[in-house]
Amino acid sequence: MDVAKIDTILRKYNGDSDFLIEILQDVQAEWRYLPVDLMRHLADELGVPLARVSHIATFYKAFSLEPRGEHEIQVCMGTACHVKGASRVLDAMSRELGIGEGQTTADKQYTLEAVRCVGACGVAPVVVIDDEYHGDLMPDASAKLIARHMKEGAK
Amino acid sequence: MTQINFSNLGAAATAEQKRLAGYKAMLMVCTGTGCVSAKAFSLLDNLKEEISKRDLDKDFLVVGTGCNGFCGQGPILVVQPEGVFYQRLKKTDMARIVEEHLIGGKPVEDLMHRDLSSNKPIHKMDDIPFFSKQKLIALRNKGLVDPENIDSYFARNGYMALKEALEKGSPKSVLDEVKTSALRGRGGGGFPAGVKWASCMAAVEKTGKEPVVVCNADEGDPGAFMDRSIIETDPHTVLEGMCLGAYAIGAKEGFVYIRKEYPLAVTRLEKAISQARDRGLLGDGIMGSDFSFDIIIHRGAGAFVCGESTALMASMEGRAGEPSPKYIHNVESGYKDRPTVLNNVETWANIPVIVDKGGKWFAAIGTGDVSKDPWGGSSGTKVFSLVGNINNTGLVEVPMGITMREIIFDVGGGIPDGREFKAVQTGGPSGGCLPASLLDEPVDFDTLTRAGSMMGSGGMIVMDDHTCMVDVAKYFMEFLKDESCGKCNPCREGTVTLYGILDRITSGKGVKGDIDELERISRVMEAGSLCQLGATACNPVLSTLRYFREEYDAHIDEKRCPGKVCKDLITFTINDECNGCMVCAKRCPTNAISGEKKAKHTIDQKECIKCGICNDVCKYDAVNVE
Repeated sequence: MDVAKIDTILRKYNGDSDFLIEILQDVQAEWRYLPVDLMRHLADELGVPLARVSHIATFYKAFSLEPRGEHEIQVCMGTACHVKGASRVLDAMSRELGIGEGQTTADKQYTLEAVRCVGACGVAPVVVIDDEYHGDLMPDASAKLIARHMKEGAK
Repeated sequence: MTQINFSNLGAAATAEQKRLAGYKAMLMVCTGTGCVSAKAFSLLDNLKEEISKRDLDKDFLVVGTGCNGFCGQGPILVVQPEGVFYQRLKKTDMARIVEEHLIGGKPVEDLMHRDLSSNKPIHKMDDIPFFSKQKLIALRNKGLVDPENIDSYFARNGYMALKEALEKGSPKSVLDEVKTSALRGRGGGGFPAGVKWASCMAAVEKTGKEPVVVCNADEGDPGAFMDRSIIETDPHTVLEGMCLGAYAIGAKEGFVYIRKEYPLAVTRLEKAISQARDRGLLGDGIMGSDFSFDIIIHRGAGAFVCGESTALMASMEGRAGEPSPKYIHNVESGYKDRPTVLNNVETWANIPVIVDKGGKWFAAIGTGDVSKDPWGGSSGTKVFSLVGNINNTGLVEVPMGITMREIIFDVGGGIPDGREFKAVQTGGPSGGCLPASLLDEPVDFDTLTRAGSMMGSGGMIVMDDHTCMVDVAKYFMEFLKDESCGKCNPCREGTVTLYGILDRITSGKGVKGDIDELERISRVMEAGSLCQLGATACNPVLSTLRYFREEYDAHIDEKRCPGKVCKDLITFTINDECNGCMVCAKRCPTNAISGEKKAKHTIDQKECIKCGICNDVCKYDAVNVE
C-alpha cells in the first residue's frame, strides 16, 4: 500500500468525508480497483465506518473490487445504441476478446464492460476504449477495431 | 486578471466583440463528444496548421466550440459570421477549405450538407431544415462561443442578466420573472421552478437555515445528452443561472452533481468555475456587490438512481445513493437537512435569458395559458436528443407544442433506408413508446403524460419497423433491474420479475396469462415503490402493451418476432441475390457460411449464432431474416 499516494488524494479533498465518492474514484483510477486494506485505511483516516466505504464501493458502478485490465472497453448500452444493435456489438467484442461482459482477460490487458449511456447518442452505436470514443461502430467493425488494438498493443 | 464589476462588464464584452470583429472570419470547429469521436481534435489542429502555414493567423480565428447539435454529420466546421456549414470533414479537406473558400472566396460545395430530396448543396447553416425550425434559448450560444474562454461568453452578453439583477434589481425581482415565465423543470418532473424557489424561501424563513442551490447534471436517461452538451458548449450560462437562483433565494453555496462518465463536461465546468472565480463572478462580493456565492463540483460514480433528488443529496454527502421517503421535500430539508433548490442543467441554462428578456417573453412561447397557473401549460422551448433510426441525429431545441411529426420528419428528416416509422420513445426508462397514430400530438409535459409516456429529460429515440417493441420493453427492464437500488421491495422484486417474464416471451417461451401478470405486477410497483424510479419503471411495459399489443401476441401465440430482432425466433438464410462475393463467409465469426466464389452461399443453421454480421456486410440484400 502506497501511503504517500493516498495522502495526496486525501489532501486534494481536505480529508473531507463528503468527498468519499470522489476519493474512491481517484483510488480506482490509480490502482484500477479498490484494495480492501486501502479501504480500511481510508475509513480510519476519514473517521467513517468501513461499512460505509464498502457500501459505496459496491453500490456505484465505477468501482471494482477486482483489478481491472490495463485497457477498459466500454460498450454503450444506451437506448439509441440499443436500437442500432449495441448488444450485437457487445457480443462481437466478447467473441474477439474471448471474455464475457464484466470480465478481464487473463493477461490483465482488457476489461470488457457494458455501460449505461455515454451520451454520444448522435453517433450510435458507440464504444469507448480508454476514454477514446468510437462512433457508428457496427459489430463487424468493432471486432476489427479490437483485433487491431490487440495487435498494436502486442508490438 | 481584470476583476469584473458593474461598470466594466460592458467594456469587457465590447473589447472581445471588437477583437473578434477584427478577423475576416471565424472557423468554428465542433468539439462536442460526437464530433470528437470522429477525430475533431486532430482536425482542429490540422486547420490551425493550414492557417499558420499560409501566415493567415491575423485574418482567421480557429475556435473549438461545444456541440453544434448535428452530431450525425460530424466532424463539423461552421465559417462565421457568414454561417457556411461544412460536414463529415476529413483532414485533407482543411487545406481545400482554406485555399478555395477562405482565400479564393468560393465555398466548397461538395463538403456541404445536401437537401435530402433534391440533393443540392445547402450553403448556410440556417437554411438546413435541421436548424431552421429550431428556436434556441438554452442552446443560444451553441457553436458561437469558446466554452473554455469566459471573454467569449461576455461577448455574447454573458453575465449581463446577473449584473442587471445585482445592480438594479432585487432577489424578489429575479424570483418574480422566473415565476412569471412559468418555467417547468427540464429534468423530467416538470415542476415549476418559481414555485420551487418560493417554497424554499418560505422554508428558510421558517427554519432559519442557510439554503443551497444544486444543479443536477447526473443525466442518467439512456439516449439523452442535452445536459452534457449544454455544459460542454456553454458552461457559463449554467453558472450564471445558478448565481441568479442563489441570489433570489439567498444561498451562498451551490453544487453541481455531474456524472463522471462525462469527462469533457467535467473539465470544461472546472475551467469555467475557476475562470469565473478569477474574474470576481464567483466568490465573495460578486461584481463588487455584497452578494457572495461559490460553486463546488461533486462527481457521481455511476448510479442511475442518483438522478432522483433524495438519492442525489445522499450521494453529495458521500454516501450510497439510496432514496428516502419524501414526506419532507428537499426545498425544506435537502442537502444536509438544509432548504435546497435542485434544478437540472437545462433549467438553469434558461434562467439568464428569462431574467434578461422577462418572464412574459418566455411565457409567450409554448402551449396553454400559464398567466395564472404555471401548471396551465408548458412555456418556453425544450432541448431534445433526436436519435435512433432517424436521418438527422443530434440535438435540437424546439418550442413546446411543436408536433412529434414536425420534430421527426421536418427537423429529423424522417426514417433512413426507406423504412417505416414504428415508435418514438421519450422520457427514458420512466417514459414510454408512442406509436405513429400520436405523431400529430403536440409535444408538451401534459400531452406526453396523458399518452402514457413523459417528457423526461428530453431523450427522443426514434424506432423503425425493424425494432421489436417487446425487446425494447425488456431492454428497459434489464436496465431498471440493474439500477434499482434495492431498498424497497416492489421495485427490487418487481423489476426482476417483469424482466423474467419479458425474457421468456422474447425467447419464444411466453404463455397465456403472461400479459395479465405483467400488468398486475406493474400496478403494484406503481402504487408501492418508494421513489419514482420504481413507480414509473412499468411505463415502458405498459406503453408498449397499450400501443403494440399485437407484437406481444405474435411472440406468445405464434412464436414470431415481427421486428425480426429476437434471436430465438428468427433464422438467417441466403437468397438468390447472392453473387458469391464471399464477404459474409469471411466475416462470419463461426464459419457457418459455405459456398464457392461466384456461387450462391448457404448458412449452416446449426453453426449460426444469429449475430447478423452477414446481413450487415452484404451489399446485395442477399440475406433473409425471417
